[in-house]
Amino acid sequence: MEIFGYPLPMIMSQLTLGLVNGSFYAMLSLGLAVIFGLLNVINFAHGALYMMGAFVAWMGMAYFGLNYWFMLVLSPLIVGVFGVIIEKTMLRHLYKLDHLYGLLLTFGITLLVEGIFRSFYGVSGQPFQVPEALAGATDLGFMVLPNYRAWVVVASVGVCLSTWYVIEKTKLGAYLRAGTENPKLVEAFGVNVPLMVTLTYGFGVALAGFAGVLAAPIIQVQPLMGQNLIIVVFAVVVIGGMGSIMGSILTGLGLGVIEGLTKVFYPEFSSTVVFLVMVIVLLIRPAGLFGKEK
Amino acid sequence: MYKKYGYLIAFAIAVAAPFVGYPVFLAKLLCFALFACAFNLLIGFTGLLSFGHAAFYGGAGYVAGNAMKMWGWPVELGILAGVAAGGLIGLVMGALAIRRQGIYFSMITLALAQMVYFGALRAGEFTGGEDGLQGVPRGKLLGVIDLANDTNLYFFVLGICVLAFALIVRTVHSPFGQVLKAVKENEPRAISLGYDVDKYKLLAFVLSAALSGLAGATNMLVQGFETLTDVHWTMSGLVILMTLVGGMGTLAGPMLGAIIIIALENKLGDWGIFLTNATGIEWFNTIGEAVNMVVGLIFIICVLLFRRGIIGEFIAWFGRNGGKKTA
Repeated sequence: MEIFGYPLPMIMSQLTLGLVNGSFYAMLSLGLAVIFGLLNVINFAHGALYMMGAFVAWMGMAYFGLNYWFMLVLSPLIVGVFGVIIEKTMLRHLYKLDHLYGLLLTFGITLLVEGIFRSFYGVSGQPFQVPEALAGATDLGFMVLPNYRAWVVVASVGVCLSTWYVIEKTKLGAYLRAGTENPKLVEAFGVNVPLMVTLTYGFGVALAGFAGVLAAPIIQVQPLMGQNLIIVVFAVVVIGGMGSIMGSILTGLGLGVIEGLTKVFYPEFSSTVVFLVMVIVLLIRPAGLFGKEK
Repeated sequence: MYKKYGYLIAFAIAVAAPFVGYPVFLAKLLCFALFACAFNLLIGFTGLLSFGHAAFYGGAGYVAGNAMKMWGWPVELGILAGVAAGGLIGLVMGALAIRRQGIYFSMITLALAQMVYFGALRAGEFTGGEDGLQGVPRGKLLGVIDLANDTNLYFFVLGICVLAFALIVRTVHSPFGQVLKAVKENEPRAISLGYDVDKYKLLAFVLSAALSGLAGATNMLVQGFETLTDVHWTMSGLVILMTLVGGMGTLAGPMLGAIIIIALENKLGDWGIFLTNATGIEWFNTIGEAVNMVVGLIFIICVLLFRRGIIGEFIAWFGRNGGKKTA
């Protein structure tokens, strides 16, 4: 069976790969949106922390013989704690200043973290096995689906939806949303806002770390793996706007799919298609698809 | 008063320098100094943080390189072609980016510059892809002065930089520059006073991009080649750092910052070897390769402790102790 002269299995395979990439975009842009909402900081270090998540998982498995599932939980926690330290020692001092300083600081952190990993591990990829339970592939009749890819999509969509639920439907989320609107007032009601800010940053970067562990068996684990990704995620954020949690998730997944399909029909454009979409959105709807200017 | 002496001393040093140091390296320093000043026109005087200046710098280098090598244009026209290319990319990028404000502006410029990077990676003969554009002849200035001579080349570059710097100073102090300052300080107010803020922002963006193109094309002339390094986003980051170290919004700061950062980049390997010998820790040897790590560290220190930059701190200190205000 063919569509526009391209075999269906090829299209489906790029489509799932697109969904996998889209899941990473979704998780990263979600983290960026949550952090930006409360801290007014665009976390450039998100790509580096994604890389760190993958590396910590690899280290745990290579040096300590821990298994994948354990690292899937532990690695985001470690990245989250690292984030808390960054927030407590550095970011905290910049909230009263122009937003651009937050961007510049996290840009510096990116270069530093990537540089440190690079000085120890070079730029070649580290081997990372797919966990045994998810090895192999399932034949769906119209295509062969590698199990691990299915798991990545399910796990990240699950995490994204839980985050959406917590923020939009629970009391904790209500505090968070209120803190985004008016931190002073929330503090007057007895909520510990500085703690909330710290934990939000920790959670946002832990999401990046989680995405990193999920990506590790698919993408080569190497110090610069987050570099190009973060720029694409920035474009995703510009396209979606940071006003809505669900918007970030949908934009991320959607752009992953578009990118996957471009790889089939017009491979030369696959690395720039997200940026082209960004240009179109800027021309038609400058505030972004789900955006409200802040 | 003091500023005039400062410029005179700086100019005297710049004239004397090629007789002491290596002219090609010094010419490279000048190009980066000009690049940082052009960038500062935007961040320091209009309040727009562009994360995409590498696109103008490198893009202009490629165009100028092709003009001189492939099309056989004389050096003056080649550099002008680079300036035009920088301005043109700036016009497109600026028109898109000013549709959003603040932090979004930075993200859009970064994403668009990444597009230029991918374009350069795949542009075949024009950029040479991963290999870069090699062996661009320096040519003769006005058909007479041979630029293959390093000292001649240096003074040609110095002339370009002085003229460009004069243009920047003039712009900053012109009525146009005052409007830009108003946009930086309080955009809604500038709008309410009847200024078409977007037009001013775009004009400043194009001017900064064209001057960055001038720096990029000149740097290509000095090196004789153009590679992907110059269009990569690390270059955009580097020019931000130069400006930050020297002092955003000061006229002389970016030049000083550029000199410090480039000199540091050059000497880092030596310091790494020195530290390895002194401490016996092998790891320091790798510092020379991981320049980015040190650049990142300086970034963090500057943002946390040193936001005004060297010249900025100096002016602030002078303002406190001298009792006089220097702008």
